[in-house]
Amino acid sequence: MSNMNYTIETVALAVGAFLALLGVAFAQDSQFAAHMWVLFFALFAGAVLLVRRANFAPASPAQKALRQSEYFDEVVKYGVIATVFWGVVGFLVGVVVALQLAFPDLNIEPYLNFGRTRPLHTSAVIFAFGGNALIATSFYVVQRTSRARLFGGNLGWFVFWGYQLFILMAATGYLLGITQSREYAEPEWYVDIWLTLVWVAYLVVFLGTILRRKEPHIYVANWFYLAFIVTIAMLHVVNNLAIPVSFLGVKSYSAFSGVQDALTQWWYGHNAVGFFLTAGFLGMMYYFIPKQVNRPVYSYRLSIIHFWALIFMYIWAGPHHLHYTALPDWAQTLGMVFSIMLWMPSWGGMINGLMTLSGAWDKIRTDPIVRMMVIAVAFYGMATFEGPMMSVKAVNSLSHYTDWTIGHVHSGALGWNGMITFGAIYFLVPKLWNRNRLYSLQLVNWHFWLATLGIVVYAAVMWVAGVQQGLMWREYDDQGFLVYSFAESVAAMFPYYVLRAVGGGMFLLGALIMAYNVTMTILGYERRENVPGATPAAALQPAE
Amino acid sequence: MALLDKHKFIERNATLLLVGSLLVVAVGGIVEIVPLFYLENTIEKVEGMRPYSPLELAGRNIYIREGCYVCHSQMIRPFRDEVERYGHYSLAAESMYDHPFQWGSKRTGPDLARVGDRYSNDWHVQHLTEPRSVVPESVMPSYSFLKETPLQVRNVGMELVANRRVGVPYSDEMVEFAAADIAAQADPNADTSGVEGRYPKAKIGDFDGNPAALTEMDALVAYLQMLGTLVDFSTYDDAAGYR
Repeated sequence: MSNMNYTIETVALAVGAFLALLGVAFAQDSQFAAHMWVLFFALFAGAVLLVRRANFAPASPAQKALRQSEYFDEVVKYGVIATVFWGVVGFLVGVVVALQLAFPDLNIEPYLNFGRTRPLHTSAVIFAFGGNALIATSFYVVQRTSRARLFGGNLGWFVFWGYQLFILMAATGYLLGITQSREYAEPEWYVDIWLTLVWVAYLVVFLGTILRRKEPHIYVANWFYLAFIVTIAMLHVVNNLAIPVSFLGVKSYSAFSGVQDALTQWWYGHNAVGFFLTAGFLGMMYYFIPKQVNRPVYSYRLSIIHFWALIFMYIWAGPHHLHYTALPDWAQTLGMVFSIMLWMPSWGGMINGLMTLSGAWDKIRTDPIVRMMVIAVAFYGMATFEGPMMSVKAVNSLSHYTDWTIGHVHSGALGWNGMITFGAIYFLVPKLWNRNRLYSLQLVNWHFWLATLGIVVYAAVMWVAGVQQGLMWREYDDQGFLVYSFAESVAAMFPYYVLRAVGGGMFLLGALIMAYNVTMTILGYERRENVPGATPAAALQPAE
Repeated sequence: MALLDKHKFIERNATLLLVGSLLVVAVGGIVEIVPLFYLENTIEKVEGMRPYSPLELAGRNIYIREGCYVCHSQMIRPFRDEVERYGHYSLAAESMYDHPFQWGSKRTGPDLARVGDRYSNDWHVQHLTEPRSVVPESVMPSYSFLKETPLQVRNVGMELVANRRVGVPYSDEMVEFAAADIAAQADPNADTSGVEGRYPKAKIGDFDGNPAALTEMDALVAYLQMLGTLVDFSTYDDAAGYR
């Protein structure tokens, strides 16, 4: 690393910064100009950093050979740090937007109004936190399970930094009001094109590593990672088809309209859940749980059935976001049927994950990292039962448009995605930085309980809130009049919105503890404590 | 099971796994989405739908920019309570010129599919400026800056042309007069016969209470005031439209 010269990269960054400056100069609207300033400063800073790292001593052939023989873990380290950082940011913004709903005076117009901060929260958690977790773990897992160095050399760095640039442009864009209004696909056309480039590079790196593997079989975790990368590429490209008004302006108009646009968007939206937040994270589950409990995956055959059934069925489930809308009934019914069937492969995956603990169940008691992974899979099971239930049209008629949906999403995102990622981070950090163990397992335990209680508070409160909302909207009195005005249903939400922020705050606190624990581990500290699961300490310690 | 044993073949070949996955995930979308483009009954036959006037389109873009869809749906479901609260259930035809659609997914605030003509312009301006002054229970943010922000659309015609490229039937005449129409619709002293002729049922007049300036508030209120007002339901046949 230290004596590599990124000449081409430095030039590319400088040229990019110059083009961004031209974008500022010729911008068709003020938003584009502001956004190009952001881009300019980011690329300029990158170029300066690379120049400062330049080293003019030639690398010896021995060093080069060494570099080619070992795993490329530097980019994984950066990915782990980015995951922790964006996790804390995303959860913090989540608590802020939760408080904005309870106390509307916390909105600061125009940049920090809820309509702009909410996409900031969802994207920060899904794409910044989740995306970095997926890229980092997939790069780690594919190298180990293929026994090969990451393919493409510095392309791995391009994927990492290119993805951070995407996050930066998306996030600043939301606050500037640059949005396509497609949920979980808000960034405008030029940011979408950039993400497409980064994603293709990601596919090349990942697939290239598999192709140079020294193992005859492709490990099951990699099936899921690969399906996730390929499907997200397909979804992203189709859902973001649009015509820009000008190539020097932010605004574009979607290629589709109305009902077709709605189903395209929710075909994308549900499979952002199905592939970004499920298939990719199942890849994590299939590597890190067997590793941490030191047992093989429970059932190879179940893996095969569960993989193909899951990726086939998930794609059909989108229309359940459009029940009773102007989408034709046949499409709604199809979406509902597949959503219910999806329960089976989902639980197949859950069973395969949980039963991997066969013969090692005691580790739930002794190893807080295993406990974290197990509760993740348990939340996955709960969320994938609740989802099919909510996709039944009769249930959906009550739950749709209410906070029940928000509760459902968070039991999946916080419980499943959050917890499995935390487990993977706690697994990875000591290994990547060559430490004996984490700084503190007791702090992992604190994180576990804060996060779990936070999720339970959050989900329970949102269930009650959502059902109450739904019932208030449809409540009739004896004379056949609607009982409640809409405003009354808003007022009724206040205590729930406050409690939701409390639940989210607990989850955030847990993440801050993780950030501290990870930092101290990286810095090389070990907290003196009784390590759970280790051989019981001798009753008497010699005095020091 | 012999079939599962054959899976070894796939998991030894990365290309096969890649192509196989892509084919398997492509099926659902093809079966569900593609027919919506050619089945003729997907969009009901209605009278009254027209493209947005330039001012309404600008207002709609502000609605999108501010993320209004995050809290407000524009999709009334065919339930007794929703129809009573918001009006006739929404038709696919009513969003046929919406690039992108604004159906929404959450009702932190009420549905807006038929909010047009429900309140006065003054009410909207007051509500957007200081929501809790007219609805004490509201948790909506304030949008008072819209009143102070001049409406800036660099090239109105280009907005219409971009829409035409994705299928909205804007005529050459509409594109030619776009800049004039956007000003005329919000100016009570202008000759509005042109814009009214091109965009039937368009609301005309000063929307933001400040006739001296064309602001973003003008555009947003013009958009809100036309929502759900285009389709003539006296000529619409519910049974024929069902699909």
